[in-house]
Amino acid sequence: MSSHQHGHGHQHGDDGHHDHHELGFWRKYVFSVDHKVIGVQYAVTSLCFLFFGFCLMMLMRWQLAYPGRPIPVIGPLFPKGMPDGIMLPEFYNALGAMHGTIMVFLGVVPLIVGGFGNYVMPLQIGAPDMAFPKLNMVSYWVYFVGAIVMMAGFFVPGGAANSGWTSYAPLSVIATTGQTVWLLGMVFLITSSLLGSVNFIVTIIQLRAKGLTMFRLPVFVWAQFVTAFLLLLAFPPLEAAAVLQLMDRLVGTSFFMPEGLVVSGQLQNYAGGGSPLLWQHLFWFLAHPEVYVLILPGLGMIAEIIANNTRKPLWGYRAMVYSMVFLGFMSFIVWAHHMFMTGMGTKISTFFATTTMIISIPSVIILTALVISLYQGAIRFTVPMLFALAFLPMFAIGGLTGLPLGLPVSDIQLHDTYYVIGHFHYVVAPGTIFAIFAGVYFWYPKVTGRTMNTALGWMHFVLSFVFINVVFMPMFFQGLAGVSRRLYDQTQYAHGSAVQNLTKMSSWGAWMLGLSQLPFILNFFMSFRAGRKVSDNPWDATTLEWAAPSPPPHGNFVTEPVVYRDPYDYSPRGVARDFLPQHVAEA
Amino acid sequence: MSAGALLSYTVKPHPVTGVYSGKLGTWLFLASEVMLFGALFSAYVLLRVGAPHEGAAAWPTHEQAGLSWKIGGFNTLVLIISSVTMVMAWASLKTGDLAKGRMFLALTVALALLFIVVKLVFEYMPKLNAGHGPWHNNFFGIYFTLTGLHALHIIGGVIVIGYFLLFGHKLWYKNPEYYTNRIECTGLYWHFVDLVWIFLFPVLYLMN
Repeated sequence: MSSHQHGHGHQHGDDGHHDHHELGFWRKYVFSVDHKVIGVQYAVTSLCFLFFGFCLMMLMRWQLAYPGRPIPVIGPLFPKGMPDGIMLPEFYNALGAMHGTIMVFLGVVPLIVGGFGNYVMPLQIGAPDMAFPKLNMVSYWVYFVGAIVMMAGFFVPGGAANSGWTSYAPLSVIATTGQTVWLLGMVFLITSSLLGSVNFIVTIIQLRAKGLTMFRLPVFVWAQFVTAFLLLLAFPPLEAAAVLQLMDRLVGTSFFMPEGLVVSGQLQNYAGGGSPLLWQHLFWFLAHPEVYVLILPGLGMIAEIIANNTRKPLWGYRAMVYSMVFLGFMSFIVWAHHMFMTGMGTKISTFFATTTMIISIPSVIILTALVISLYQGAIRFTVPMLFALAFLPMFAIGGLTGLPLGLPVSDIQLHDTYYVIGHFHYVVAPGTIFAIFAGVYFWYPKVTGRTMNTALGWMHFVLSFVFINVVFMPMFFQGLAGVSRRLYDQTQYAHGSAVQNLTKMSSWGAWMLGLSQLPFILNFFMSFRAGRKVSDNPWDATTLEWAAPSPPPHGNFVTEPVVYRDPYDYSPRGVARDFLPQHVAEA
Repeated sequence: MSAGALLSYTVKPHPVTGVYSGKLGTWLFLASEVMLFGALFSAYVLLRVGAPHEGAAAWPTHEQAGLSWKIGGFNTLVLIISSVTMVMAWASLKTGDLAKGRMFLALTVALALLFIVVKLVFEYMPKLNAGHGPWHNNFFGIYFTLTGLHALHIIGGVIVIGYFLLFGHKLWYKNPEYYTNRIECTGLYWHFVDLVWIFLFPVLYLMN
């Protein structure tokens, strides 16, 4: 019997219900405190930003493929950044900096944590909402304001921030006003993620359903738990760094400014004595844990989907959980592997190279556990499973190509080349973004009560899988050829000209990848109305979110769920069906 | 599922973890604050170690910087007493005495304001008048940033305590335990802000 049927017999008692009076439009859909509405708000906003950030990149790819040639159709729309349709170097830099910022801080993190985390995590732990619903609403709106501030950068004199998403000093300190706007935007985004992470941790610790011990939690919840700690502890140093850089820019301090800095032949008016390296340390102290913020929730989603579609329990659940916790700890002491080229000294480089090699071990354990989980499974090739299966080798490529970057000897050759771009994009694009797609297809029926179209899903998957490799695979070879990552026009150099065809290939791949998203966008909106209506548990899944009605009402569960078993009790012995949900006591 | 069951740990502690949600959230928030100030203290160390030995950018002595341990020490005392009054406020509420609790809250606010006034009149003004603003060199830069951020935390505390003193106490008549919990969380934050100063004082005023 589905839990939906329970709903009709449910008594509306007077035990503190606040869902019988109908809320107005604003309180229900805009300033809502319901974690599901907030989750959807986060998801929709950040999906828009993902697409916008991708559009910036598609513009840049034209300049890279055909340097100095006017951009057809779109060029005339930007008279300032592209006079006569030809992109200016400053505009190119602004697009690059904003692409990175938008994708990481406005797209992926708010989507996998704010969107998926907010929607799915409380359901998976059997809670009626987050521990602090109002705080949850505030964190979304602070994120929204931060996003608006970020976007405002495009309209200030000199354009948006153009010192890269890393905002290295002293370049960023002497940059145009856009950088100030960027820093202010970051302060909002950091505040938002701080509020969110406190909420997530408290919710997971305090509001788990009866019987749901920590080692009965779905892997996705564990991933969110570790991620929340990373956000909580790694972001404040960036906030400190942002404050210091704002002081440098607005008050005239010289925290990041060396003595006697000359820019375009002009001696700069700074007291000096500051350290550009200080910025890098503070920035990467955030930005390396941030890498794990980008990947851990993705791994969590993939784990859910693999368990569900292989119809067997995950292999090495505990090993995966311990690995994630260990990853979380280690991620705080690897940051300076981004800084081997700064001349920190061999001893420090050796330390960070060692910790970097150590941190690759838990990543490999998780990936191995996921691969072994496939063995002897009765695999269902659903659309989410397609993306999950593609995730495994893609993430492996991304991870393994990172090893040469973690060792100073090989990093000196590869540092700041397209190889680096290829490496981390394999982790976050066919890695995390594929996990996101998998998650959207997987949980869409829970959110809407309807499934997305399978044929369009297959089309989306096959095209994306092919073209995303066309985009990123050439970058490894370009990087090995020595092409620097921030070049506006690589054909100015002989070694760049030699691999210009690879750049064109990448660019065409990117545009085709853009087109490949059309089936997804179509599917996403059409299924909302036209999708096939399904039951509360269309995937025959075991975790608690599927025990709630689709879409779950305010308060989530019709009856308070009690947990009796491990999260992935698929194909249990002596049971007629091939799964036993967590909240079911006996077969 | 009832919303009452939902947020039952807002007031009563969770039977297993032993804390109510607000307290746990406050501790987590303070953990992130440790990282914020930790980063700034690290920046202080790095800037100081890297500062040139002579010239305008050199690290000043306490006399050159115009830092008096007497004023700093006085302010340290003020904050320590304010921490005590904050605990007294919570303890009074625990015994069911709202009037006494509010009296101690008012005392805490008064001491916090005293701290800010001393800071402004005897610390910031003389330095700015001597032309030693944050732009002068990195010592003054990090001095103003660290103490300024700390002062902002004090002002934030004044706003929160002031709110519970003037408006928030209406909650007491509905749910005294809930109100007492809120004062406890505010107190945790307040002690943390004091603790930051306990680190700032020796680093800025005593070490040379």
